[in-house]
Amino acid sequence: MPLLPLDEAIATHVRDGDSVALEGFTHLIPFAAGHEIIRLRRRNLHLIRMTPDLIYDQLIGMGCASRLTFSWGGNPGVGSLHRLRDAVERQWPQPLALSEFSHAELALAYQAGASGMSCGLMPHHAATDLARVPGAAVRTVPCPFTGRLLTAVPAINPDVTILHAQQIDAEGNVLIRGIVGAAREAAHAARRVLVTVEERVERLDAEMNALVLPSWLITCASVVPGGAYPSYAQGYYARDNRFYLAWDEIARDRQAFTAWMERHVLGMRDHAALLRALGVAA
Amino acid sequence: MSMPGYSPEEIMTVTAARHLQDGAVCFVGIGLPSAACNLARMTHAPRLVLIYESGTVGTKPTVLPLSIGDGELAETATCVVPLPEIFAHYLQRGRVDVGFLGAAQIDAFGNLNSTVIGDYAHPKVRLPGAGGASEIATYAREVLVIMKQTPRSFVSSLDFLTSAGYLEGHGARAASGSPGAGPRAVITDFGILRPHAATQELELAALYPGIGVDAARAATGWPLKVAARLETLPAPEPADLVVLRDLEARTRAAHARPIRINLRS
Repeated sequence: MPLLPLDEAIATHVRDGDSVALEGFTHLIPFAAGHEIIRLRRRNLHLIRMTPDLIYDQLIGMGCASRLTFSWGGNPGVGSLHRLRDAVERQWPQPLALSEFSHAELALAYQAGASGMSCGLMPHHAATDLARVPGAAVRTVPCPFTGRLLTAVPAINPDVTILHAQQIDAEGNVLIRGIVGAAREAAHAARRVLVTVEERVERLDAEMNALVLPSWLITCASVVPGGAYPSYAQGYYARDNRFYLAWDEIARDRQAFTAWMERHVLGMRDHAALLRALGVAA
Repeated sequence: MSMPGYSPEEIMTVTAARHLQDGAVCFVGIGLPSAACNLARMTHAPRLVLIYESGTVGTKPTVLPLSIGDGELAETATCVVPLPEIFAHYLQRGRVDVGFLGAAQIDAFGNLNSTVIGDYAHPKVRLPGAGGASEIATYAREVLVIMKQTPRSFVSSLDFLTSAGYLEGHGARAASGSPGAGPRAVITDFGILRPHAATQELELAALYPGIGVDAARAATGWPLKVAARLETLPAPEPADLVVLRDLEARTRAAHARPIRINLRS
């Protein structure tokens, strides 16, 4: 499992047209990796994430994506993802096809993908309109034992899953601590797994039942301190709620958004430069 | 009408908190539901169990989270579990007593839309979508809805059914096999709507002090019926307002705190 500079890791393993899952539920969102995808101007990506969050707002607004698979597309506690809305409502900067699920369904789709299943099953009750939209992916099947209806959700196996984590050890094993969302399932489901970490240590600070991804599951890793900012890394730094509030104004307007991205992402050599420019790192 | 000494959000939050019994297991959303649950926990219901969909179980935050997954929720939790487990082992398995929901639209049978305004393929407004709402609506033993009452949000017909309430009413939800009982109360800035026992149509069941039936009707996009017994709700207790305002002041201070990251690893 090689340790690579982030730009090299993304350039090698994320290709135009790939299905890409940057996971991490509010916590440990791999912003630095997402910004590198934008700098490399990857196109026609199928983005997958339970909560697209600001990182997919940025990728969508910069024209990297043609499809989005998701289950809740807002700025948590703040409001809309304006770039996501602009793409869906007005096809700017290009049309964005949607594959939409509920959280429980998308978590199940990752679990199925992680388990080598073609689909995941859950009880079926009243159908909602999500099951009736054009292109809806879920189906109902009878349980072979009880005859009761089940909802079948097709497995998701991303070409690439990218995670941010706290630590990597000398062997390349990775520790994830705190709110983990569906990160573990998304990693096991993927064909390639890229990880960015806060720090490299000799031995992981891991309890026996900790969430550790063994090195041989991981395609390559990069050490990127602050790599989840403005999301957070438990034990290292908190979520920058002020940035999430400020993003609402930045992303509302196409020109303001584009100017911000040109200055802070395209115009920066790497994530450390962005953190210094924003005044969050010395 | 004189100023009542509390805001609409405050009386909504206090009213929602009063619906929570000590020891209940609550599946909490961000915003007013989170404020109501933590107010209840800090006042009459210290053993309330709060679950946030990010995987934090039994969390006891001292400030309200901005997002559903702020670090505060993990640091003060009994345990933090993977997200598939929260939905499968806790919600779907029937371990949640009360689920809280809001939405952009609600109809007369408590069905909710948080997906789109307009047509799905060509929406006028693309809303965030289901998230955890559709399964909370199905599996929580009972659901409390909190939302402001306007003719645009309390509609005769939803643009999109995201989360099932009583479907078409008249027992349709029970017939569908949904395990949970459905929305027990819709708490608004006018008062409370509750389902009629036989038809499950939402009726005006209670009003806040100083608010009249006509005002509540004017804020509803369907002909709102009034329950046989219309209650007047009490104003918030001063002690509750002190706890709530302290909590919100602590929250504002915490969210304004600058972040510092050490780049030397």
